[in-house]
Amino acid sequence: MTSLSTKSIVFHKLIRNVNNYAKRMSSHFIYYPDKERPVDGETTKMNMMQAINNAMDITLKNDPTAVLFGEDVAFGGVFRCALGLQEKYGKDRVFNTPLCEQGIAGFGIGLATAGATAIAEIQFADYIFPAFDQIVNEAAKARYRSGGEYDSGALTVRAPCSAVGHGGLYHSQSPEAFFAHVPGLRVVVPRGPIAAKGLLLACIRERDPCVFLEPKILYRSAAEEVPVEDYTLPLGKAQTLRVGAAATLVGWGTQVHVLLEVADMARDKLGVTCDVIDLQSILPWDEETVCNSVKKTGRCLISHEAPLTSGFGAELAATVQEECFLHLEAPIARVTGWDAPFPHVFEPFYLPDKWRCYQALIQLINY
Amino acid sequence: MALKTGASFVKLNAFRRAARLLSTRTRPETAQNGGGKIAKFPGARAPYVSEMKFFNETSYEPIPIYRVMDNNGQIIDKNEEPNLDKATLINMYKTMVQLSHMDKILYESQRQGRISFYMTNYGEEGIHIGSASALSPKDLVFSQYREVGVFLYRGMTVTELVNQCYGNCEDPGKGRQMPVHYGSKHHNMVTISSPLGTQMPQAVGAAYAYKRVPNNDRCVICYFGDGAASEGDAHAAFNFAATLDCPVIMLCRNNGYAISTPTSEQYRGDGIASRGPALGLHTLRVDGTDTLAVHNAVKRARDFTVANNKPVLIEAMAYRVGHHSTSDDSSAYRSVEEIQKWTKDESPLQKFKLYLEHKGYWDAETEKAWSKEARDTVVRTMQEAEKKKKPNWKEMLEDVYYEMPPRLQKQMKQMEEHLKKYPEHYPLNQHESD
Repeated sequence: MTSLSTKSIVFHKLIRNVNNYAKRMSSHFIYYPDKERPVDGETTKMNMMQAINNAMDITLKNDPTAVLFGEDVAFGGVFRCALGLQEKYGKDRVFNTPLCEQGIAGFGIGLATAGATAIAEIQFADYIFPAFDQIVNEAAKARYRSGGEYDSGALTVRAPCSAVGHGGLYHSQSPEAFFAHVPGLRVVVPRGPIAAKGLLLACIRERDPCVFLEPKILYRSAAEEVPVEDYTLPLGKAQTLRVGAAATLVGWGTQVHVLLEVADMARDKLGVTCDVIDLQSILPWDEETVCNSVKKTGRCLISHEAPLTSGFGAELAATVQEECFLHLEAPIARVTGWDAPFPHVFEPFYLPDKWRCYQALIQLINY
Repeated sequence: MALKTGASFVKLNAFRRAARLLSTRTRPETAQNGGGKIAKFPGARAPYVSEMKFFNETSYEPIPIYRVMDNNGQIIDKNEEPNLDKATLINMYKTMVQLSHMDKILYESQRQGRISFYMTNYGEEGIHIGSASALSPKDLVFSQYREVGVFLYRGMTVTELVNQCYGNCEDPGKGRQMPVHYGSKHHNMVTISSPLGTQMPQAVGAAYAYKRVPNNDRCVICYFGDGAASEGDAHAAFNFAATLDCPVIMLCRNNGYAISTPTSEQYRGDGIASRGPALGLHTLRVDGTDTLAVHNAVKRARDFTVANNKPVLIEAMAYRVGHHSTSDDSSAYRSVEEIQKWTKDESPLQKFKLYLEHKGYWDAETEKAWSKEARDTVVRTMQEAEKKKKPNWKEMLEDVYYEMPPRLQKQMKQMEEHLKKYPEHYPLNQHESD
């Protein structure tokens, strides 16, 4: 026999709980699907996980030497990127390894040395560090040190990276900057399904070892009409997604979508347009596209989730100021994660969200 | 409504409790794991015991050391003498002698400032030649740095090895690495790298690739030292080899030292061999100073791995007679008497030579003649290698990627410009020019 007021209190508490829950589960970004296709032909709606699965399916189908391995890959992987592949291609081609990242990387290098195409999955980019020695000292340097007699080109190391809403220190990291410092490696970060499929196929076929970092929050939330056929996207090339005059916004992975929204905000609230560039390849990176853009706009904003100090934004900023100094109207802005380990409950304060980016853009324009 | 159902729920429970109290029937029997005798856990199947006992490195007998010859080169058990023909045996011994001469002269040349660095192989020649002679030339070899005898036996010439030490224009490695970092695609020897143990999981991966090739008749062999075996990569390699069924021979050269660190400070267990069965590997321990024993062991291992696609761990016991490298003076951490003992009594060359002499295949005259020839080969090779120029400085920026990226092309141009302005400050005359 609850009174009307009690019912109202209960109802409001319910609404608040739902709202808080929604806030916890909602992302810091809106996904902007690609409208353009890299190739003509039939497409199908795929999320990024499916697109990656598709790329690996195509590889396993056409390259009899190709194998896919890592922790829990046999049942499909913790993010289901390998779903159905062991069933389709057999246990000798898609298989679990013991829990050992240094072993996974070393094993992959050995496969590549012996002429097999190796796709090594590291379960989370946060756990890639035991494999760092193998990747940096061995895979990246095999061609150079052997005078070209041996190489690890047939190796691709894939790992889910970046913020997912609740990952904390060890399920949210974006370690691209560590690998960007390694001559001989390629480092690639897709922003969505179409990019992921094309870039991953390019990495697998590339004759250099590749580290392919997949922003995990995009696995499910990013869906596009992806071409069903086999296609690659060029490595070492950035993609300009928006053209404008006021500033150049540079990012990769999930952050591209934050920047696209910031560009929209700038257009709607400030009446200015921006170039938005998805770097796609962190190493080697497309200096020409970025510098040409900054020479045009005179203002540059770089944004990444990884911490500020020595993040990849530092390399971009150094190069841009070197190449575009006389064109700059303002100091180069970097909007990034703070210099702290990636926190759990503080994620909304940590991420370089659209408001921080927007504010930095205002300061750039008004400098 | 909640109160109503709560009441009925409570009433039912009370009834149940009363019923239970009244009955004499006890709780049903829970099934015993493995019938109470052998427990079947997903992680292990083993008997139950009610008495606790620690197991440690002394709970098991040390893994015994297989050998064929005694220190006088006499065969102990005739059945174990390998069936090697005269030409092969002589070639094996000659390679060991060639190696020891090369070591002597190249070590000296470092002291004279002619090459920057060198590592000798004294005491381990038997491991090199014993193992190499049991392999097929198609087997892929991953090595650490003290396996020069394997390179020589495979057919690499002293010239090719010395070129790498000088880093001259004929070094296939293009002068990019320190001396002794040999490699040869032609001879199926993967280029050596300095980080220790990294080659181990790579060898396992390569073996897996070979296994997948139809009608595969190749195995992979991976050499590593007692020190390198402490690296995480070693454990990873053993575990992956076993779980993924790879036709790989993991051959540990246990020579007693990792630079200055004796094995008593490297591990507490029964050497490296004891780790094999623990991780599910067929394991052999062999006398590394006994060339014939090493040969037999590797032959048996090879036959096993290729037939079963399973790994084998071999621990070859030996002694590192020389210093770790030209940057080391081992008298700082071990006694001269210790070195003398192992040099004199346990020399693989001596043992093998005596064996050949017993068989009538070798004598003092052939020894003298070959020694001289081996020495002359090295001296002549050194003189020629020294005259050759180093590769063009531009090789410094090639082969970083398959195709040189724009940034590196830019850096190449920057250096070109710099050299045009300051040529006298760079050793350009030592390098080949455009």
